Amino acid sequence: MILRLERRSQRSTLMAFLSPLLAIGLTLALGAIMFVALGFDPGKALYIYFIEPLTSAWSIEEVVVKAAPLILIGVGLAVCYTANVWNIGAEGQLTMGALVGASIPIYFPDWQSPLVLLLMLVLGIAGGALFAAIPAFLKNRFSANEILTSLMLVYVAQLLLDWLIRGAWRDPDGYNFPQSILFEGWQVIPPLGDGRVHIGAIFAVVAVIIVAFMMGRTLRGFEIRVIGTSPRAGSFAGFKGKRVVLFCFMLSGALAGLAGICEVAGPSGQLQPHVSPGYGFTAIIVAFLGRLNPIGVFFAGVLLAISYMGGEAVQVELGISDKTTQVFQGMLLFLILACDTLIRYRIRLVSPGR
Amino acid sequence: MKKLIGMVALALAMTFAAGTASAADKLKVGFIYIGPIGDHGWTYAHDQGRLMIEEALGDQVETVYVENVPEGPDAERAIERLARDGAGLIFTTSFGYMDPTIKVAKRFPDVKFEHATGYKQSENVASYNARFHEGRYVIGQIAAQMSESGIAGYIASFPIPEVVMGINAFILGAQTINPDFKLKVVWVNTWFDPGKEADAAKVLIGQGADIITQHTDSTAPLQIAEEEGVLGFGQASDMIHFAPKAQLTAIIDEWGPYYVERAQAILDGTWETANSWTGMSAGTVVMAPYTNMPDDVAAMAADTAAKIASGELNPFAGPVYKQDGTLAVPEGEVMDDGTLAGINWYVQGVDDTLPE
Repeated sequence: MILRLERRSQRSTLMAFLSPLLAIGLTLALGAIMFVALGFDPGKALYIYFIEPLTSAWSIEEVVVKAAPLILIGVGLAVCYTANVWNIGAEGQLTMGALVGASIPIYFPDWQSPLVLLLMLVLGIAGGALFAAIPAFLKNRFSANEILTSLMLVYVAQLLLDWLIRGAWRDPDGYNFPQSILFEGWQVIPPLGDGRVHIGAIFAVVAVIIVAFMMGRTLRGFEIRVIGTSPRAGSFAGFKGKRVVLFCFMLSGALAGLAGICEVAGPSGQLQPHVSPGYGFTAIIVAFLGRLNPIGVFFAGVLLAISYMGGEAVQVELGISDKTTQVFQGMLLFLILACDTLIRYRIRLVSPGR
Repeated sequence: MKKLIGMVALALAMTFAAGTASAADKLKVGFIYIGPIGDHGWTYAHDQGRLMIEEALGDQVETVYVENVPEGPDAERAIERLARDGAGLIFTTSFGYMDPTIKVAKRFPDVKFEHATGYKQSENVASYNARFHEGRYVIGQIAAQMSESGIAGYIASFPIPEVVMGINAFILGAQTINPDFKLKVVWVNTWFDPGKEADAAKVLIGQGADIITQHTDSTAPLQIAEEEGVLGFGQASDMIHFAPKAQLTAIIDEWGPYYVERAQAILDGTWETANSWTGMSAGTVVMAPYTNMPDDVAAMAADTAAKIASGELNPFAGPVYKQDGTLAVPEGEVMDDGTLAGINWYVQGVDDTLPE
């Protein structure tokens, strides 16, 4: 007997919509089993994990701080993946955006003017976009697999940052520790209120709205969707696949770069060897969890942010290892992909020998 | 179904209410860890200190911790979470938590913070560190006695003064036995990455080192030493179980007494900011049993450790020459703590250039 995946003749629209919810439900159920196996009260653990982060103003703010970069990167990736363009290197584009943007306060530490912040943001966007253009160019020109090139460029960006932050860009008064000077004044993004939430959160919302409009209402969005589903049909319609590849990469790179500079000029306030705790990779989960739909990405980003906060909370309150966060996120991605696959395909038992 | 959910929610709410009420009477002590408790090195040693607080102060305290907190924007949130969670005393146990600790401390003036290995203090932020370099002087002497190739390999994390002074103390110790002793250094740029640390150990052994020592937190280098049949030293805690044939001794961090003392000070209302830097004399730095070496070497090492503890011997007693040959500490003097705490140059004999 062999198991074989067979394409379903009809896709249920309802199920396609319900699939992420189903995946979340299954994750919660499996999570509860995991907590029981670890000897914890599953109800309490899940409450602390997913509900408690939303019960105080401070933790809601922190969820926003965490969700903003995930959403920014996630919407860009959603556009890419819709067009069948596989940008796996958002983490590198984020790093490059952070690095290029942060060059301003590092080289001109005394320059204080609103222009500084504007320039930092623009450079962050440009750095991410141009860095993302590299795998796009390699794909268009040499048909190089963009999954590999974009992923490997992550390490290039991180090592470049590493080299700078341990050398030329190191804080001269920092006792050789690998971090830049602390940014201040117009070199940091103004906070909203007195917490850590800053205007980067607004960028995320604006990006969601613009991308949703672009994908739903413009020719460019239509072009991306057509090229994604059927490149041949797209070329008959006069759409250029290569142009779409470049556009998608540069758009998602720009958004990742913006997220990067917002992290550095926001919560960090300085350049450090690690700009993000893996936002660029987590955003891949966010994009899929959000059904590659900008609005969906928004909610998915918030959910993932809650899972980070919850993971920390269960550590503090119940003494559950931080590994549970990673297990949760892994289960979530796995189950989404599994649900998606099973909605589009069915499993058939085939007897061999024929 | 709805009713059931409602009841569960109510039950949960009540457990929480009960939880917070009893917590109010106790001092909550929080810890932020850079690695996992299971690293059997740096974080493990701090966690032993946490357990000692629980043991010593019993019902008066409760402790919480967050492990694997990266040095970056997440650190500030993790620290603030503990402060909001009602912790009255918070230990942040890695250098990179310094600025986040200072930031959070400003927002929580009533909470006391203790930051390990940093140099910034404030009203409610104290710094503490241990003179690990005293132990490194001892293991340098052992290394020079036990090495056949005359080359030791040193796996280093970041070129900050704490690490640089350890390397210097090691080679100064070794030079008292063998003036031509060589030390090769590999910078792995991480505190905890068993894979990277293991690779570095292999490279150093390949370059002729038959003694491996480390300023990183995992047991990996020592395990490689065991596999390759060379010798090494445990770091931060006794790692003899990971390398029964390779470990000569280990420099053990004993944070417990300091942690208990500081928690007690909060209970007594006598806590004040401070900059504590104690070593063998205070029992903060302890040598593990001397193993896998002849008795005379063990006796020499024990003697050196005793002399350092009594103050008779200072690892940085002159003459100390910088790598370029200039005299840093003249004969008859010892390096003062201020210079030592900011040291950013190698002494003579280190076969490496300090990353700039």
